[in-house]
Amino acid sequence: MTTTISRNDLAGFNQTGFNQLLERRIDPVWLTQARKDAWAAFESMGWPNPRDENWMRSDLRGFKLDRYQPINESETQSVENAPVRLIQGVNVGGSLRSENGVVTTESLDPKYAAQGVIFGSLSRCARDHAELVKKYLHSQIDIHADRFAALQAAMWTDGYFLYVPKNVVVDKPLHIHAAMGDGKVDVTHVLVILEEGAETTVLFESTSPNDDAGGFHCGGLEFVLNARSNLRFVGLQDWGCGTWHFAHKRARVGQDANLQWTIAAMGSRFAQVDQQVALVGPGASSHVNGVMFTRDKQHLTYNTIQQHSAPHCTSDFLYKAVLQDRSRTVWRGMIKVDVGADKTDGYQRNDNLLLSDNARADSIPGLEIKADDVRCTHGSTSGRVDEELIFYAQSRGFTRVEAVRLIVTGFFQQIFDRVTIESVREALGVAIARQVRQYE
Amino acid sequence: MSHILRIENLHVAVDGKAILRGVNLEMKFGETHAMMGPNGSGKSTLGLAIAGHPNYVITEGTITLDGEDITEWEADQRARAGIFMAFQRPVAIPGVKTADFLRHAATNVRRPDRKEGEDLIPMREFRKELKAKMSQLKIDTEFARRYVNDGFSGGEMKRAEILTMAMLSPKFSILDETDSGLDADAVKLASASIAEIGRDKMGLLIITHHDKLLEHNPPQFTHVMLGGRIVETGGAELARELHDHGYDRIRKTYPDAEAANQEMLAKEEAVAV
Repeated sequence: MTTTISRNDLAGFNQTGFNQLLERRIDPVWLTQARKDAWAAFESMGWPNPRDENWMRSDLRGFKLDRYQPINESETQSVENAPVRLIQGVNVGGSLRSENGVVTTESLDPKYAAQGVIFGSLSRCARDHAELVKKYLHSQIDIHADRFAALQAAMWTDGYFLYVPKNVVVDKPLHIHAAMGDGKVDVTHVLVILEEGAETTVLFESTSPNDDAGGFHCGGLEFVLNARSNLRFVGLQDWGCGTWHFAHKRARVGQDANLQWTIAAMGSRFAQVDQQVALVGPGASSHVNGVMFTRDKQHLTYNTIQQHSAPHCTSDFLYKAVLQDRSRTVWRGMIKVDVGADKTDGYQRNDNLLLSDNARADSIPGLEIKADDVRCTHGSTSGRVDEELIFYAQSRGFTRVEAVRLIVTGFFQQIFDRVTIESVREALGVAIARQVRQYE
Repeated sequence: MSHILRIENLHVAVDGKAILRGVNLEMKFGETHAMMGPNGSGKSTLGLAIAGHPNYVITEGTITLDGEDITEWEADQRARAGIFMAFQRPVAIPGVKTADFLRHAATNVRRPDRKEGEDLIPMREFRKELKAKMSQLKIDTEFARRYVNDGFSGGEMKRAEILTMAMLSPKFSILDETDSGLDADAVKLASASIAEIGRDKMGLLIITHHDKLLEHNPPQFTHVMLGGRIVETGGAELARELHDHGYDRIRKTYPDAEAANQEMLAKEEAVAV
């Protein structure tokens, strides 16, 4: 039996809070040890240095960790009114829902379960499928990357584990919904393992009860794609605009495996996302799409790395942002090609459309190439929406707002064309149209 | 139907520079007017001012449609009231399919009081109509799926503008050098298309340098613009004269307007440098 600890007894994200977390959890010994190691790493590090390349354009001054309380996962969590957008009209093969970082609903079509597919709470799977989780959890993310990576590894309350065995095809999309209440906390982890020849589609969305909701998300995400496997992953980040969002995301793509990854960032007041795709087997490929649409004083940072460690691999990153009001985006892209990774085909692009004079988009593409025979291209554009386009549409009867919405939708179309799932295209279209406000 | 577009004493400035200096023009529904004149005389400016381009500032005078003063109206209000302009160089809107664009445009123009977010013309109905209009204009149906003016050839752009005109069936259309950049066959086709869609079905103001575009659209009125004013108005024979002999007679007859025209051209060049 678990002892109920009342809210008042909970400490924060500190030693006491960490000890309480260890006490109330039923983790395997190896996991407890991993948490302790991560906590030690957290304690040994300072907050990110503003001179660090990854953080120099991020302003953390408004962030106070002690304003947030770790979630007591032994208490019942419930988040009201957090809408789901990605699966309108979709027949899903399984779904997980978490509330304040604790999985409260798990389901999986029995036909997949019968084939050995595992899809469920990470806390539970760490006990029920210890060998698998132990092998892969935090195998890609460096917990010493920064304090948020260490804190996440030490204090995650739950997460989402997906394992698809060799040559198993999950032909219906799996859905994950992370709901976080206003002012609450979501410290979670996504772990997806595809064995050789496995195939699946995952639709992930994170939402708050309202557009202004606050909160603290500290997340980790790891994909391991073994040879010839195929993963389509869509993530819609739609937290309320008072939320702090920190995440480390890593994918490892094996021989002839393919990753199609779409990230749409609409919410949060501040987001710092480190995203890396490592191509580790010959013939591996990855297509990554990023959509950002910001307003008010939102500040979203994406640091992306395309790591080519094997020959004949393809990586194709396209990020597009539309900015309103006084919002700001930072995109740093880096293609790294190791010695011997010949015949690399690397592409990265970032386009930004500014709907306000007070918005700002920083775009910093980069290449680091140590192989001889490669083809790497990169580029970025930033500019105001063209008044001539607005006039043209107005002269055809569109109101000014309709004209701007049309131009914004057209701007993102190139990404929609790369998204092969219709419900996702529609959901993104709706989410984007909802964001366009009166444009002066 | 009787509609009247009336331009009175119109003065228009761009970037603080006076271009139109008192233009008067009255057009009735069903009439065809040709607007001719040398480069820089203000023909396109008149078109853009009527269409409501925000950079073309009306400093004096009025534009009225059926007695209603539309001088201060936004471009979209004018479009919904029945004013249309086929642009000389229409801009591309990447990522927006021509069919989607036209469906939204046609809905707004046909239901001028439509509120944002209200339903568009039903897809099936619209597709059927668009297809019919495209075949009438000999336009490949593949066109509808392409992005608005994106990567279009000169001829394709002009045909897309005429298709738009067909879908919006305005009360008054201004066609700004719809013949420019087209080869002889393409001009012929454009001329026939304009006649097919517009002749007797709206008021046409055809801005052109040549009489080829007028082949199927004989104007009841030909206006000559010089130095930001209409200096002469005649019938179809005036258009032929100007096409055959150029503007020398006009320039000599109206030395003040010619001086203004030269002054405007000089400023334009100074800006271009």
